[in-house]
Amino acid sequence: MPGTPEAGSVGVVSTQTVRLFTVEDPLQLEQGGTLGPVDVAYETYGTLSASADNAVFVCHALTGDAHAAGWHDGDARPGWWDNLIGPGKPLDTDRFFVICANLIGGCQGSTGPSSTDPATGQAYGLDFPVLMTRDLVAVHRALVKHLGITRLLAAIGGSLGGMQVLQWGLDHPEELANALVIAASSRLTAQNIAFSAVARRAIMSDPNFEAGSYAAAGVNPDVGLSIARMMAHITYLSEDALTEKFGRQVDPNRLQPGFGIDFTVESYLAHQGQVFLERFDALSYLYLTRVMDYFDPFADPLALEAVRSTPVNWLVLSFATDWRFGTTHSRRIVRTLEHAGQPVTFREIPSNYGHDSFLLVIEPYHDTLVAYFDRALSEVSR
Amino acid sequence: MTLRPDLELVASLIPSGSRVLDLGCGSGALLSELMHSANCRGTGVEIDPESVVEAIRLGVPVIELDIDAELDDFADHSYDVVVLSRTVQTLHRPYEVLQHMGRIADRLIVSVPNFGYWRHRLRLLRGRMPMSRELPHAWYDTPNLRHTTLVELEELFVRLGLTIEQRIVLSPAGVPLKSGDRLANVVAGAAVYVLRA
Repeated sequence: MPGTPEAGSVGVVSTQTVRLFTVEDPLQLEQGGTLGPVDVAYETYGTLSASADNAVFVCHALTGDAHAAGWHDGDARPGWWDNLIGPGKPLDTDRFFVICANLIGGCQGSTGPSSTDPATGQAYGLDFPVLMTRDLVAVHRALVKHLGITRLLAAIGGSLGGMQVLQWGLDHPEELANALVIAASSRLTAQNIAFSAVARRAIMSDPNFEAGSYAAAGVNPDVGLSIARMMAHITYLSEDALTEKFGRQVDPNRLQPGFGIDFTVESYLAHQGQVFLERFDALSYLYLTRVMDYFDPFADPLALEAVRSTPVNWLVLSFATDWRFGTTHSRRIVRTLEHAGQPVTFREIPSNYGHDSFLLVIEPYHDTLVAYFDRALSEVSR
Repeated sequence: MTLRPDLELVASLIPSGSRVLDLGCGSGALLSELMHSANCRGTGVEIDPESVVEAIRLGVPVIELDIDAELDDFADHSYDVVVLSRTVQTLHRPYEVLQHMGRIADRLIVSVPNFGYWRHRLRLLRGRMPMSRELPHAWYDTPNLRHTTLVELEELFVRLGLTIEQRIVLSPAGVPLKSGDRLANVVAGAAVYVLRA
């Protein structure tokens, strides 16, 4: 209930914003070029210990935001990972200091393609630079430094969030003791890229896309963006989950077979597409899906150099029915890290709910995280 | 933490500083001990979900996979020692698993219950399936799929080109017996082998 947080909630929270890079001192981008200013929206939960050794960074997935836990005044729902973060929860805010930041390239408070380009006074649009995972990590690192933390107890993320954690651990192992890579991939398959390609095509073919300048034109590519979301949403759920939820149930408003919303699954998808428009920006969708397409850290022959001398404790988890980034993807990460002598733990969690499982309370999943986080904390407090 | 006596024996056979792969690591007690007291590093492999969570809680890196089918994931010569402790009799494909072990490390430690123990023979003579402290399960609920005597296990080691460097035969109570005992296959309840690939 808004306003009356239940036990286990961090309560009412608010998002803060910090300028981490400026026009004079911009972010140096992986592909060359710079970006500045860079503002980052973030939230924190719990208290940083005196020795600053209990910090856990949460990396969000494609369409997430900084609001991972607790309630914003007036909202009907808590943060997107509220079932994980809070007093007595796996990321117990009585013991851990939890940070979550909106990605750059995103649209919920951090600098992205719909932010104003100081050079033109207009939204960047497609002039916003193409980002890589390393750029996202560079900004996370700047935020961590800004918060006075030199070494994280852990970084955790699902899907694109897990990719950031993987990149971070490989590049800067001295900055995190534990890296939790959940339902992620080290390399998208052609099928993965194909899904993103169709989503992007839907957005860019919308007449209201206006070559990326839709904001200046006072329109929005609603149709394209909602189609992109509808299709992606299908890939986040398993076939069994959709069957369980909808089966072949006919929509109660259908009068006769036709080409409207005949089945309840169609109504559900239309709703998902519609609500997405209220919280997500079409350009951010393009930029962040591209980040995923290009992610392939192990292609770098020196990818494992840093962790060979400074190992990170890795936890890699997959979900049995995830067909977006299924067990094969996670096992590739595990195999590569294990071959580099890393202490790596892997589980495939039984679940019927597909890729979205990482956001749900699934007992063996949360049991694993509790055991892992408890152990992580006990090792620093020893 | 005190180790189960059979694991303590296995631990004593592993040089300090080794990189150890423990197949069927259970709750990770052996690796935890080796990591904390003998400066070892390592990975456990386990398929029982509850044991995996216990190992995670102990801080033991553990990979949940099927030993029978998925050892391909481990690279050649990537560990100093591979341990298969009281697990070989539960495998579907012990031959392939031992083969993989010899590929992954030069030093193998294998412990097994001895089906040839005289009390087991006696029970068979009386027309009953062997049961004992080492083989406590009834035939219909035993995790043990492949029973072997020490003699036949040693024949398999030879076929696989594995050299027996050391054999410690244990009484049914778990007490080490004289290792050269000609009657080992009769008197031993179990044995621990150190093999060289």
